[in-house]
Amino acid sequence: MSDVDLLVEPARALPEPRQLTPGLTTGDRVFRFLAAASAAGVLVILGLVATFLVLEAQPALKVAGLKFFTTFEWNPDGTPAHFGIAALIYGTVVIAVIALIVALPVAIGSALFVNEYAPARLGRPLVALLDLLAAVPSLIYGMWGLYYLQPHLQGTSRWLTTHLGFVPFFHTSRPVFGSSMFIAGIVVGLMVLPIVASVTREVLSQAPRGVCEAALALGGSRWGMIRSVILPFGRSGIVGAAMLGLGRALGETIAIALILAFNFKITTQVLAPGGGSVAGLIANNFGEAGDAQRHALVAAGLALFVITLVVNTAARIIVNRTSKGRMED
Amino acid sequence: MAATVPTVPAPALPQPRKVRRSPREIAERPATILAAVGAAMALIFLVTPLSGLPGWALCTYAGFVVADAFDVYRTDGPVVAKDRVATVLIATAGVCTVVPLILIVAYVVSKGLHGVTKSFFTETLEKVGPSDPATVGGAKHAIIGTVEQVGLATILATPLGLMTAVHLTQSRGRLARVTRVLVDAMSGIPSIVAGLFIYTMWVVRFHEGFSGLAAAMALAVLMLPTVARTAEEVIKLVPNGLRESSLALGAPEWKTTVRIILPAARSGLVTATVLGVSRIAGETAPLLMTAFGSDSVNTNPWHGAQSALPLFAFQRVRNAIPTQIARGWAGALVLIVLVLTLFTLARAVAARGRKAR
Repeated sequence: MSDVDLLVEPARALPEPRQLTPGLTTGDRVFRFLAAASAAGVLVILGLVATFLVLEAQPALKVAGLKFFTTFEWNPDGTPAHFGIAALIYGTVVIAVIALIVALPVAIGSALFVNEYAPARLGRPLVALLDLLAAVPSLIYGMWGLYYLQPHLQGTSRWLTTHLGFVPFFHTSRPVFGSSMFIAGIVVGLMVLPIVASVTREVLSQAPRGVCEAALALGGSRWGMIRSVILPFGRSGIVGAAMLGLGRALGETIAIALILAFNFKITTQVLAPGGGSVAGLIANNFGEAGDAQRHALVAAGLALFVITLVVNTAARIIVNRTSKGRMED
Repeated sequence: MAATVPTVPAPALPQPRKVRRSPREIAERPATILAAVGAAMALIFLVTPLSGLPGWALCTYAGFVVADAFDVYRTDGPVVAKDRVATVLIATAGVCTVVPLILIVAYVVSKGLHGVTKSFFTETLEKVGPSDPATVGGAKHAIIGTVEQVGLATILATPLGLMTAVHLTQSRGRLARVTRVLVDAMSGIPSIVAGLFIYTMWVVRFHEGFSGLAAAMALAVLMLPTVARTAEEVIKLVPNGLRESSLALGAPEWKTTVRIILPAARSGLVTATVLGVSRIAGETAPLLMTAFGSDSVNTNPWHGAQSALPLFAFQRVRNAIPTQIARGWAGALVLIVLVLTLFTLARAVAARGRKAR
């Protein structure tokens, strides 16, 4: 017994360690590059929009100069050409403001209804139908507004002007209604209602639940809770939602082109036929426009692009800030 | 030994606080409703400031709100009455949002239904004179145009939108932050500006002329932000564990994205695309200056003016001839059915995806 057979296996050679390549593979780099390029594509497209609009608007802007922003006339084909967007911008803003006056209260009401009052059984279909309203094309709103709403609003317009005619906005010099900024504004209001309502709903749903319940537990009524907790919390969000709606309303085209009777005057008589809109004018005049007119229309489009971009970006910043800076429970 | 146990007189219980009735108790009190409606009716018969059915309805409603509030005020005080008024108004606003949709769809159906015949899908306007009845001629050329333009726009916008969404979800760099803001800004571009952009670039500068492709590019500009934002939202919903497991098993990042994350978000991505399509299918304004419109079939989207359903309807309605307007309504009906179907489809796919998860 000299040596014991130890049952020891001889140590095996360790397998070669797997080659690990830390970091990104070539495929990753290519993929990341593609994704970044797509994201940059958005940037490029916006840049191209601005560039080409400026290029094509230049001839018209050279002719009109700074008067482009102060002239109340649209006669780019005349000699001398005389055109500007002052009256158009005024009309666009008036229509957008009427739209917001229509849309905002209903939007806030429906947001509160879905969030605070309605059972889920009723709330969810309501939200779905509201989204469906957002999907209806602008053209169909326009046709409906022209053929259905306009005759039906005659009575309302007449009533407003006879009973509230002392308010400058409701005054009309002739009893002719229709094709007015009032009707265009109401139709645009219906069009922006879904987006204003859905953003408002989103913002108001982030009100701190604990504070809401505390308000109710202290004996507040539901309306008291809404007024003292939810509305103060959501104030800036509602402002953002309204501005988002404003941005949409400013750019609304086809519905306004169908409904409005264009004239290039500044008037406070919103119930009477007439008014103006940048986008609507472009849609109306583009088909038959000659070269000079097309340049002028592109210049008007450029102005519209800048305005809507500013309004929308500001609105988004306000909305995002509300949803980030939540009140702590 | 009668020990007189000193008895303390039981303290009088405090008067129970008057508990406010719940809104539901108030709402279910039939007397309130009846009294309110009665009062409203009486009010309407006494003074009718507005004429017509809508005026009557509005007055009845106002009367109802006032009478109801007064009745509640009488029994429950001002706080409850205010709550009651707010409840009625808010509920009205909530229900009111549905009314326009019903009115619009009902009106379009009633105006357009008799115009949607077989010839609407098989004929064009090429040989249609102004005195022909509305049943002659159709929108075949417009339907072909819409299908080609929307199809091309989808091919252009979807990959770009999806990759943008991938970048937005996976990168925390400055580009992602800037892009997120710009995608939002882009979703606010008026559709007519998108049309003007393609017109100035493609039609004027590049001398390509009006074509279906130009229309598709303008529509793609409008579709891109919708696809990118919706896709970003659904990719964010994919559980992080899936991504981490894949990376831990040694899959490279790109494979994780292509084979794991995107398939997991598949139904949501379909929704994003279909939502984008439903947004652009009804756009009219950009087509005015890109596709331009025509009365005959042009199957070649690369060259020559083309019609499209919304453009067809717009140009018909612009016409003063009643038969042309009737054709316009038929076009509008087909368009609204198409758009609402697409939209509902997108929602259904999204709902199914949520359930599966």
